[in-house]
Amino acid sequence: MLTLDQLYVNYGAINALKSISCTVKQGEIVALIGANGAGKTTILNAISGIVPTLSGTVTFLDETITAIPPHEIVKRGISQVPEGRRVFANMSVLENLEMGAYIRNDKSAILAEIDQVFARFPRLLERKKQLAKTLSGGEQQMLAMGRALMSRPKLLLLDEPSMGLAPMLVAQIFSIIQEINASGTTIMLVEQNANMALSIAHRAYVLETGTVVLQGDAKELAANPEVRKAYLGE
Amino acid sequence: MGDFLQQLIGYINPYYLQIFVNIGIGIILALGLNVVTGLTGQLSLGHAAFMSIGAFTSAVLTIKLGMPFSINLLLTGFITAAVAALIGLPILRLTGDYLAICTLGFAEIVKVVFLNLDITNRALGLSVPSANTEIPMPVVVWIVVLLTIVCVTCIHNSRFGRALMAVRGDEIAAEAMGINVTRYKVQSFALGAFIAGVGGGLYAHFMGYINPSDFGFLKSVDILSMVVLGGLGSITGSVIGATILSAAPEFLRFMANYRMLVYGGLLVCMMIFRPNGLMGGTSFTEIVLRALGRKPRLKAIMEQKNSELSRSGNGDT
Repeated sequence: MLTLDQLYVNYGAINALKSISCTVKQGEIVALIGANGAGKTTILNAISGIVPTLSGTVTFLDETITAIPPHEIVKRGISQVPEGRRVFANMSVLENLEMGAYIRNDKSAILAEIDQVFARFPRLLERKKQLAKTLSGGEQQMLAMGRALMSRPKLLLLDEPSMGLAPMLVAQIFSIIQEINASGTTIMLVEQNANMALSIAHRAYVLETGTVVLQGDAKELAANPEVRKAYLGE
Repeated sequence: MGDFLQQLIGYINPYYLQIFVNIGIGIILALGLNVVTGLTGQLSLGHAAFMSIGAFTSAVLTIKLGMPFSINLLLTGFITAAVAALIGLPILRLTGDYLAICTLGFAEIVKVVFLNLDITNRALGLSVPSANTEIPMPVVVWIVVLLTIVCVTCIHNSRFGRALMAVRGDEIAAEAMGINVTRYKVQSFALGAFIAGVGGGLYAHFMGYINPSDFGFLKSVDILSMVVLGGLGSITGSVIGATILSAAPEFLRFMANYRMLVYGGLLVCMMIFRPNGLMGGTSFTEIVLRALGRKPRLKAIMEQKNSELSRSGNGDT
């Protein structure tokens, strides 16, 4: 479904990504794990077009999307939940969801989609008239995910969904991610919390300073002594 | 019709008429800047430059071509918008302070250009012949004010307006929603300039004389103060802000030498006690509906939706 082929990204003189190649297959949850500055977020930003690439290609559903601007990529069916949630603080929950459906025109389908999001996140329904800035961190994460689902993406890019959340909420968010995946959305997940990420992912890539150092089945990676030592705190 | 209105206007004290028209032009300019700074969140310190482009374009159109005033104003608006789009493409990639300084620089360039062009009569300024219309200028100004209010209100409530608000809220998130941020920023900049250009055209023909120095940095700050005083992003706020700040120097005249002091003090107090502006965080419709004891429409719709959802079994209680 998604293929990155020898992707290079520079920030000024710094090589953020060095020859990254990876694939995401239809229906998978793929996790990207690694330390700070490994290039996890940069990969997501390069896919969604926010960061320009130096060389290499991103192919999505047999189309090269490397040079396509971000707003066009959303229309192709890739939706990103940016790091730090970035909800529209001064809009209500409902308005945030409506913004998520900005590229769609079918009113009744959008309303149905809103109902679906509310069914998935009952907490948002309770808060739907509130301004997004008055929500708690976990609720904002739910809103950001709900908003991204409003464009009915084929591929959902999640950037650090566990950031700044209490362990119980993290577990809740991750089970919701599995539900979203079960209902047919392919997911690419960037996480610091490698334990959680590997527990729900099918496959994973381990990144170090802009290169893929390990890859494979998530269960196997979670059992790999090197990974356990470096990322799982053993 | 024109004669009748002219006669009617004749009964009004010219001094008050002048204030009245100044308020109208102030409202137009504030509404234009409100689209750029209030709705889209792009701080511009050069709004007066677009007013001056409009003023000179409109004046030259009248002098050289003598076309009907309505067409003149429309053409002026489009020319000003085109200039804004041209300038906006490169500079709207900047944000915040950097953008503000760029617009400031642009405004200075416009001023210097007009001070040196033969067609604008250099530093002597331009005498503007009366507008080619039967309707007296004060009436024209207020027709344009009403038209502007209607247009801007429609924009606020449109899909386009929503996108602009999203850009103000968070550019990266807006982009992630599929909004072409640069395009919308340029469009809003051009729209604000269109309105400012029309305002400038009206100013030129009402005053009968324009000079590039009339549209300097202070004018830009004046307009920005109106928008901020009223509350960024609020149409009603911009109207109120423009009315107060256009009229204040006049009704404070009885204080003679102290009036600018009071004017400044007024602004300082406002920002301390209502930092979001007079109408910040509230809307005119909401106030009216509340006064009438009715619920705002949106709220009613939401409540209806709410009850539908709880009936279908997944709602809140």
